[in-house]
Amino acid sequence: MNGENKSTELNNPFMPVAARIVRTYPLTDDVNFFQIRIADMEKALAFRYQIGQFAMLSVLGAGEAPFSISSSPSRPGLLEFCIRKTGTVTDALFQLKENDLIGLRGPYGNGFPVEKMRNKDILIVMGGLGAAPLRSVLLYCLDNRDQFGRVILLHGAKKPADMLLREEFLSLKRREDLECYLTVDEDDTGNWTEETGVVTKLFPKLKNIEPENTYGLVCGPPVMYKFVLAEMLNINIPRDQILMTLERRMKCGVGKCGHCAIDYIYTCLDGPVFTYWDVIHMRELI
Amino acid sequence: MKIVKLKKANLFPFLESISKEAELWAPVKMESNKHTFQEVNDFSQIDLDYTRTILPPRKILIPAQFNMFQAAEKEYHADFSHVSQKIIFGIHPCDIHGLLTMDKFYNYAIADPYYLEARKKLLILGHSCWPDEYCMCKSTHTHVVEEGYDLFFTKLTDDYLVWIGSSRGDDLIRVKPDLFDEHITDEDIRSFIQWREERDKAFTADIDFADMPDLMELKYNDPIWEHLGEACLACGSCTNVCPTCNCYNVLDKPVLGKNYTNISRCWDACTLENYSGVAGGENFREKRGDRLKLWYTHKLQAYISKYGKPACIGCGRCYVTCPVGINVYTVSKSLEGEEVDSFWNRLRKEVAK
Repeated sequence: MNGENKSTELNNPFMPVAARIVRTYPLTDDVNFFQIRIADMEKALAFRYQIGQFAMLSVLGAGEAPFSISSSPSRPGLLEFCIRKTGTVTDALFQLKENDLIGLRGPYGNGFPVEKMRNKDILIVMGGLGAAPLRSVLLYCLDNRDQFGRVILLHGAKKPADMLLREEFLSLKRREDLECYLTVDEDDTGNWTEETGVVTKLFPKLKNIEPENTYGLVCGPPVMYKFVLAEMLNINIPRDQILMTLERRMKCGVGKCGHCAIDYIYTCLDGPVFTYWDVIHMRELI
Repeated sequence: MKIVKLKKANLFPFLESISKEAELWAPVKMESNKHTFQEVNDFSQIDLDYTRTILPPRKILIPAQFNMFQAAEKEYHADFSHVSQKIIFGIHPCDIHGLLTMDKFYNYAIADPYYLEARKKLLILGHSCWPDEYCMCKSTHTHVVEEGYDLFFTKLTDDYLVWIGSSRGDDLIRVKPDLFDEHITDEDIRSFIQWREERDKAFTADIDFADMPDLMELKYNDPIWEHLGEACLACGSCTNVCPTCNCYNVLDKPVLGKNYTNISRCWDACTLENYSGVAGGENFREKRGDRLKLWYTHKLQAYISKYGKPACIGCGRCYVTCPVGINVYTVSKSLEGEEVDSFWNRLRKEVAK
């Protein structure tokens, strides 16, 4: 490297920082929890992000991919991710152990509109891996409990063993300031104590919703959106207060590689959080 | 803007004077009779009597594949070894507009250092052109250029009129100032005006993108996209030859016998099948028609809302390259409802051949 390129290196948005895996353990059959910390102490403390943003994680020789940050910015220092083993990069991540180094860049994306959401009721509906980005919102609301109205969580999974962060959410049920409903499509264990049925079946349990004062957040497998959105519209949550976070192929995170383009927007810059109103006039979103 | 005059015979001596410190890239005719921008050491290789090169000049700034990093576990070294001082000579106005569009794109929001470094080290020496039937630049108003070059050469009968577009361009002239004549005669001016009028009359392709954003919206669910999808071979040629395409993929490959990997960037194309596929098998644009729609909405609608003008610079490369006749001309005409039948009849004949 000659001196001339030095300045470019410092401002290179594609340059990751080294991050250490602090803890990793399985959440389900194919999803692992990763707690990581940026190796350099100053950089670790300087890393600021918002709920709903994502980071690019990389494993040398395998590549780089975007992942929702599952931890809350209200708990700085450690970053958490729920990652499904489903491709080259995640296969490589799953082979790593505590104390191994990975690459991290970010945070990227618009995140959830926290300022608008303050003092409002927050209805969070998650299914499957949709828990990854929405856990960040949930923890943020609970950590700043006096800044939000009602906080309601609806979480659905196929079977008890498939429910991401099952123990964490079960323990949250004790909190009186959280309305927490967990459901599985099918209980194959015989000792599931929570709800049974698809996540939309939980909507009738929600009493006295003030739709104008409510933000509805949804994330889950593609098939879930249609039904959950119908329920949210049914209880009259305004279209621009229904928020969802989307998944796209990304190679850069900074609006250059083109893969996440939808109409005139880039999911990495203008998303991944969109309102239902956005979805109506950008037909390719979901 | 200052304009000086250069005798045709003095062109090579001028190129000689400036190419000692930089690679000189210029249009060269290949065995196939097509042209390509390549590095030239022997000026007699340069063929200025060309209409368009196969690949647009962005390949000089963003090569088809280049290394971004040599990466070891604890240390990433940004690799700018593909960047060097370069001069591109003989680039036409449409392609200069293409580079201006790329400048805007790569500077938007978060700047791309790989493009910017290469761009900083590139001198652009434009050259006047003469259209063929596929040139649509007069319709896109990119047949003339007011910025984006260091020098611009307009060929008249015995001389070049040379526009000096930047202080770096002025520096080039000063390497051998004796070659240039600051005195422009009335006859030179008449000759230039005559050349410009004649050239403007030579354009035949007629196309208007003004209605495209609305038409794209109104015809979003039109069967035309399905028809186009049926014909499209998903070969990615249109994107490779387009001067304003930027999509790329990233590869991370271990280097045998070394303790580092090479993280490189290579051109990608939104018309290719797995472009929008994500891990786990979901593909947001499985159909060829949907991918073509993305390309055309991006060129003729999205860029307008973001940068105020379409991304198409009218170079005609997609026109001469697409094996099945899908290009900005036929697509926009089809969306306008004109010539749809004749286009599809011709297309069917072409496919039947």
